[in-house]
Parts: sequence; C-alpha cells; structure tokens
Amino acid sequence: MVEVERDTAVSKLEVEGLTIRYGETVALKDVSLDVRPNEILGIIGPANSGKTSFLRAINRMDEMTDGMHVSGRIALDGTDVRRWRNVYALRRRIGVVFPLPVGLPLSIFDNVALSPRLRGVHDRASLEEIVERCLTRAALWDEVKDRLHSLGSLLSGGQQQRLTIARALSQEPDLLLLDEFSIAVDPVTTMRIEDILKELREEMTIILVTNLVQQARRLADRTAFFLKGDLVEVGPTEDLFMRRVRDRRTTDYLEGRFG
Amino acid sequence: MSAFGATDLDLSNRRRERAFRGLFGAMTALLILPVILILGMLVWKGHSVFSLEFFLAHPRNGMTEGGILPALVGTLYLVAVALFASVPLGVAAAIYLSEYAPDNLLTRLINLAIINLAGVPSIVHALFGVGAFVLFFDFGTSILAASLTLAVMTLPVVIVATRESLQAVPQAFREASWSLGATRWQTIRRIVLPNSVSGILTGVILEVSRTVGETAPIMFTGATFYVAFLPMSVFDQTMAMSYHLYTITTQVPGVPEALPFAVALTLIAIVLLLNSVSIAFRMVLRGKKKW
Amino acid sequence: MARKEGGSAGGDHLGREWWWDKIAQAVLFGGGISAIVFVIAIFVFVAQQGLGFALFDLDLATFFTSPQWRPTSEPEPIFGALALIVGTASITGLAMLVSVPFSIGAAIFIGEFASGRTREILKVLVELLAAIPSVVWGFIGLMVMSPLLMDVFDVPVGVSVLNAGLILGLMAAPIMTTIAEDALKAVPDGFREAAEAMGATRWQVIRQVVLPSAKNGLVAAVLLGVGRGFGETMAVLMASGHSINMPSSPLDPVRALTATIAAELGETARGSEHYRALFSIGILLFAVTFVINLLADVFVRGRRASR
Repeated sequence: MVEVERDTAVSKLEVEGLTIRYGETVALKDVSLDVRPNEILGIIGPANSGKTSFLRAINRMDEMTDGMHVSGRIALDGTDVRRWRNVYALRRRIGVVFPLPVGLPLSIFDNVALSPRLRGVHDRASLEEIVERCLTRAALWDEVKDRLHSLGSLLSGGQQQRLTIARALSQEPDLLLLDEFSIAVDPVTTMRIEDILKELREEMTIILVTNLVQQARRLADRTAFFLKGDLVEVGPTEDLFMRRVRDRRTTDYLEGRFG
Repeated sequence: MSAFGATDLDLSNRRRERAFRGLFGAMTALLILPVILILGMLVWKGHSVFSLEFFLAHPRNGMTEGGILPALVGTLYLVAVALFASVPLGVAAAIYLSEYAPDNLLTRLINLAIINLAGVPSIVHALFGVGAFVLFFDFGTSILAASLTLAVMTLPVVIVATRESLQAVPQAFREASWSLGATRWQTIRRIVLPNSVSGILTGVILEVSRTVGETAPIMFTGATFYVAFLPMSVFDQTMAMSYHLYTITTQVPGVPEALPFAVALTLIAIVLLLNSVSIAFRMVLRGKKKW
Repeated sequence: MARKEGGSAGGDHLGREWWWDKIAQAVLFGGGISAIVFVIAIFVFVAQQGLGFALFDLDLATFFTSPQWRPTSEPEPIFGALALIVGTASITGLAMLVSVPFSIGAAIFIGEFASGRTREILKVLVELLAAIPSVVWGFIGLMVMSPLLMDVFDVPVGVSVLNAGLILGLMAAPIMTTIAEDALKAVPDGFREAAEAMGATRWQVIRQVVLPSAKNGLVAAVLLGVGRGFGETMAVLMASGHSINMPSSPLDPVRALTATIAAELGETARGSEHYRALFSIGILLFAVTFVINLLADVFVRGRRASR
C-alpha cells in the first residue's frame, strides 16, 4: 500500500497498522483508518472482533491491562498518543462510555464533579455550574436535581448510563468513545442517548462501537466493520447499507447471516 | 437394572449419606465442644477473682495477690506502638499488591514472603527481635523493641485483610476513574480506599487480637516479670497480659489457683471480643451495599 | 480552547498529579517489598548470631544424633538436639494424627453438608477458636488437661507428649478447617451440579468430585497445620513437661525445639556458645518452616493451575 500523506486538518484520529495482542492471542491485526473531526464513526462487528480493544488502545488503557500489547500508530490531532508524556492529560481529552453503566460509588454530584476536580477546579460555584450543565446535556438533570447527594451507583441502569455520559462530558472531551452503550439500558433511554449523540456531534468527534447495526445506520456518518480482528471495510454508512460494498462478508453480517 | 434394584440402591445410598453426614457432624462437634467445655471450666474456676480491684490494682505480695493493671496497660502500650508501625506499612504493601503489582516474579516473591512471615515460628521472630531491635538498633529490651517485633510478625494479617478488601472494589470503578484521566493514585485515594476502609479496619481489629495474645516474641524483647510502675516511655520495659499469664502460671510459687484462671479468662475475653467485633463488622458490611 | 494542529500535543505537561502518582508508586512499592526485606532480615539477624556457630563450632553429627542437650556442662558442653527434635516431632505427629481427620471432616461438614445459618454459626465458631492465644492453650494444658490426664491414666505427671499433642491438635484444627473449607469452596459449583444431574448422592459427589479436585488445597491445609504445630512455642513449652527425654510412651514428658529457645534464651550470656547454639536451633526452625510454607504454596498454586 502506498503511504498517503494525510492532511491532519481533516483527520481527528489517524490509525495506522494497529495490532493488539493479549499474550499470544491477536485481538486486532494491522488496522488502519481515519476518523474525521465532528463525525460519528460507527464500528460494527460480532463479539470478539477487537472493537473494544480498539477503543482501549486509543486512550492507552493497555498500560493498565496485564498482558495487553499494542503496536502501530494512533495519532490524535496529528500527535501519536504514545508520545504524550502525561497519559492522564491525554485521557482527560477522551471521554469513555462503557457497555455496562458504571456509576462510581460517589454521590451523583461527585460523579460529575470528579473530572473537573482532578484537573484542579475546586470552587463550588464552577463545580455546580459544570454539574448542572453536563447532567442537563445528558438528559438526567430533571430526574436527579433534587437528590444530587445520593449515591450514583444506586441509580437505575438507564440513569447510570446517562450519568456516565454526563461524567464524560464534564471532561470537556474532544473525542468521545462509546462501547455498546445500549447493551444494558432500556429502549427509551437508548433513543434519548442517541438524540444526545446527534447534538454532541457539533462539538466533538464520536466513535460508536455498537452491537446494533441499525444503531450505526441511524447515527454514524461512516461505519467500519470489524471481523475477528480484521478491519474488513470502512466507508460512508449509506454505502454499507445500500450494499455498495466490496466485501461479501459485510453484506452477510448486515443481513444477519452470522454474528 | 430392574426398577427394584434401583430402589434398593437408592435406599442404601441414602442410608450411607445419612451416616456420613452424621459422622462429619460429630467430628465438627468434637472439634468445638471440648473447647467450649474448657472455657466453661475457666469461668467456673476463675470468676471469683473478678472485681474492680483486679483490673485497677498492681500485683502485690510477690504477685500472689492484687490486680493486673500494669499488665493491661503494658499490653495496650505494646499494641498501640505495634499498630503505629505495622498498619501504614501493611496498608501500603496491600495497596501495592492490589493496585500496582504486575503479574511477575517479584510479585510472586512478595506473596511468598508474606506467607513465610506468617509461618515463621513466633520464637524465631523473638530471636529476630533480639538480634535486630534489641541489639543492632540498640533499643534495648523495651516496649519499642517488643512492639516492632510484634509489628513484623503481624504484618501479614494487615496485608492480607487489606488486600482482600481492596480487591472487593469492582475493577470497573477503577477503569471508569482511569478513563476520566485520574492517575492510579488519585483513583486509589478517591475511589478505592474510601470503599474499602471498613474492610481495612476489620483487618486491623484482627491484628490487635493477634498482638494481644502473642507471648514468645515479647519475652526477650521488652516484656518483664514485674515492674512497680506503669511504663512512661517506649524505652521502658513493661508487663504484658500474655507474659503475665505465663509467669504466674509457671514461674511464681504460691499463687492461689483462681488468679491465673482469671488472668487467662481476661485474655480470652479481650481476644474473643475483638474477633467478635471484627466478625460483626464484616457482616454489617456485607449487608450494606453501595453498588 | 485553541489546540495546535499537528506538532506537539495540547495540554501535555507533567502536572502535580503526575508527580504525586510517581511518588505514591515509589512509596507503595517500598511497602510492597517490605515483606521480602523482613524475611531476609529475619534470616540475616538469626544467622548472624547462629550460623557461624552452626557451621564451625557445632558438631553437626552430635547435634542430630545425640539426645544429650547439656549446654552448660563443664568443661565441655554437649549440644545434642536429637531429644528436642524427637520431642517436637512426636508432639506435632500426635497433634496431626488427632486433628487432620477431624479438621477435614469438619471442613466437609461445614462446606458441603451444613447450610444457611448452621454453616454461618459454625464458621464463626471455628474462627473464634482459631483466635485463642497460644499462651492460653499452654495454660489450659498445664492447669486443665494435665490433672485430667493424671486421673484418666493414673500417672504422676500430666504434662506429656499426649497433653501437648492434644492441645496442639485443638489449636491447629480450626486453622486447618478454615483452609480446608476454602479449598472445598474453590471447587466450582458446576462440577457438583454436573454430578448431581447424573443422579449422584451428596456423598458420592463429595467423594468422587469434590475431594479429588480439592486434593491439593487439602494437602496445603495439612502442611500449614504441620508448620503451625512445628513452630508453636508457648503451648508446647507449658504442656509438654519440658524435660529432655527420648519418649517411649505418649505419657512421657518431652521437650521441643521451640520451647528450648523460649526457656533458655533469657538465662544465657549474650554471645556465649549456649546463646549461639540457641540461635542455631532458630536457623533450623526457620529453614524447616520455610520449606513447609514453600511446599504448601506449590500445592495451592497447583490447585489454581489445574483449574
């Protein structure tokens, strides 16, 4: 493949030759793709295709995981994430939403205020402003505004997932990673979160790993299809669903023949 | 196989099942009941000595009369100084093992060392205490030397209990915190420790209970037969409950029989009380979920 | 916020929190390796007083074969530890003989037969028994068990191999029960359910599925019990009779290695031959318990690996 000179102005994230191993097992093989600013990139594929590993490599969670080994290049705004000396500052720019909602065992307020506090914001008024703004954007404010000091970990699944999104927003991220966020929440919450994501696209770049191909179709500008550690295909979502694809496996998966 | 044969087999199986259940139940009972009988006997023989004076007076008349105040205070002193040394160290070790240690040879060696520290005979700990704290660091036979010996000996108790309670905090919380940009230490301080502090406390209570009962490690490092005054500094020698029980049982002639029984009972009561508190604490914790 | 396009990454400087994390990691690492440091220190400080003596002055043949422990006899002291080794071995052996079957039986009852409240209560009781200090056990041996044995066997002395063995058995049993029960609990419930689905009774499940898969853990439990008995000091000192003797019957008094150090260290002059001989015994105790713990660890590890 010819090395293409990439224009950083049109790439938020450039991934080149990304390979991820867990011990001897290869989770992702030689993946290269670009993510453009303010797009939603959908990633679909059956279980164990390397989708989650892909997300974990972006914010360098491999360093916190025994046995996980990453090679290749991932550049955020043109700089290899591995060249950041302060990995924590890197992670602060990247919001993450997990498959299972994780309300930290802190109060709802402290859940959202945690990230601002970590970066040194301590005055009460600013924190209150951030908490209200983020919870509002995550469509949770009205439900919890009267009990901000009860435990975030005891909210319902759907509420916890919106709390997680509010927490990610409190980081003021420019990249938001979502890993099958709807797996443990009800359909109504899923639709509300999808609406939120459509709005957030104006301000940030979003990578949406999803187990629901229709979710990718509803939200993603472009969609990548991962299968058993390979990036089979990436292109405009419309093309994939209109069967303007090059690879037969993609059509098979989209039509539900496996996965 | 005929239907009747199967029934016979079932019947004999069920009979055998009952027999084994009975056998193992009886073994369990035989393990526990004698001890309860013995404890009952201690109460029967020792209760007459208990009075306020027993707890608040110094021993008198060649330790054949009077109370156990200096031994109680001495034990308190020994435990306090030992905790002061071992709790920070043990908690630090547990945090390292639970939150930082990669799965490598060094970690395996640390775990092996913890098992060994717990398994080395108490009298060898005593020899170590003499060699290291009494002689090498020149603390002499003192509360400091005895407490440090106890601290090294009971370190595994704190480490193991703390590590368990740290590991009970779900990994998902750590990952969530890290992905917010928290450092490992910020995650430990804000998320992991606040949610395991009660488990750590349970471990510390257990350690106190162990420390109170230990005798051999303090015999040559700081405990003494008799002192007329309560200890004033960590460089004083002191009486201690466990050593006091040993001396008045084996070394002092003419002690009325009920006196050592009462001392033994007091020691058991302290230890069992501490353990019960720790167990009750653990059960309350189990019932109170935060996630 | 304006971010630089390309070039260096925005916001990448090492802030205070980064340094604090490094400092915390270094401090905690120090705590982590403290256990190793202490084990080495124990060996070094005990060896410093005893190893030179053990290697150069002590006649090892006498040490291991002579029952004469006469550290203060003039002009030539005799350091024969055979009687002490036999004392320790006989007490530990008897204790294990009594407590191993009971401990494993109790572990099976608590872990496999008992349920609900009964199980909780039994577990708490066993845990409380394990907490009774060894000096109290020694006291019980001397003041309760001894008169009892004198009555039952009509002997003049009640402190003996039997007394110390029973006391040590009672002491070690709760610990072995707890560890053995842990080993049984580590057998996955799936194994039990699969066997039960084939129509096996509870006892058949235990004998043919649970015990074989828990074998290594049970061996580890016994080993730790042996280590505990071998190293026990106060109880053995008070309940064994503490007299140098090659026992011919369980009712004979004996003396143990640990008890010898406990009883004599206070009366020796620092640096004397006698003093260093006691430290040599300490080296022996350290080495044997080290090996026992190592073996137990290997068995526990084997259990994990086989799963």
